[in-house]
Amino acid sequence: MPIGLGYLSVSFTFGISAVYNGLYWWQAVIISMTTLTSAGQLAGIGTIAAGGSYLEMLVSQITINLRYSFMSVALSQKTTAEFRGIKRWLMGFFMTDEIFATAAAQKEVSTKLFAGISVMPYIGWTLGTLFGSILGNVLPDSLMNALCIAIYGMFVAIVAPVAKEKRCVLWVVLISMALSAGFYYLPLLKELSTGISISICAVTAALAGALLFPVKGDGVHG
Amino acid sequence: MDDKRFWLYLLVLAGSTYLIRAIPFAAMQRKVKSTFIKSFLYYIPYTVLSAMTFPAALYATGNTLAAATGLITATVLAVLGKGLTVVAIASSVTVFAAEQLLNLI
Repeated sequence: MPIGLGYLSVSFTFGISAVYNGLYWWQAVIISMTTLTSAGQLAGIGTIAAGGSYLEMLVSQITINLRYSFMSVALSQKTTAEFRGIKRWLMGFFMTDEIFATAAAQKEVSTKLFAGISVMPYIGWTLGTLFGSILGNVLPDSLMNALCIAIYGMFVAIVAPVAKEKRCVLWVVLISMALSAGFYYLPLLKELSTGISISICAVTAALAGALLFPVKGDGVHG
Repeated sequence: MDDKRFWLYLLVLAGSTYLIRAIPFAAMQRKVKSTFIKSFLYYIPYTVLSAMTFPAALYATGNTLAAATGLITATVLAVLGKGLTVVAIASSVTVFAAEQLLNLI
């Protein structure tokens, strides 16, 4: 339920940007229903608006979404015995940052549990896009700006509590943020596309974490 | 946006996003034994989300100072144990209030 609501506000801003970038409302809704990702969709409509090539779309999407591969592998370690084969192919579609974070917090993930976690975010994402793309241009800028921070607030809400509990996570998060700042501000590094720099920062920081603070236990990190 | 180009864009966008999630999920049938890889996978979601948030979130709204206040509010509330929705909405409200305030000055 909470992620459903969070998704509603974030996808609302996506719907607005999509229409702003020259798409019809139904195109924005179809993108949300078939793609179900925040950063990737936002970059995607950017590519469409700029008239970018299909190859450019492919490359930027792969780099922005590479993190999902890691999440999929991570979650595959927590699934129950029945959760395999066609169920994995179907449910893999719903591997978003927030659904993953919720699922990964469970001791074990069954098909039913994962589907249950996915329902509200999917509905929220679709409806939010619909409302945003239809109602968006009636909202004042000040309100739009404020809504744009919602997705980041949600990310903070996922990371901060764990970083507070576990010193190792706090360090790894700080390393990742420091690297990310480097890629944002330093000459040459800042020329790289966002998707590529995020992947580099995340992988480097996680490697550092695995070297410096190996996580013990049986794949269940309580 | 003409129809044919839209559907092709959509195919690339949705298709690549789906495959990059589903292939690793369906292919990994065994449990990873290596502590190193397990640790790496444990840290990945947190490093991805923090790299996406900082410093990009500071420039996501009309005003950097307002965005920073929103992020600080989010961090404080999250550390206090508030849920996703409360944190997301509170950070939006903070940014809105901060921008109104900064406009007055």
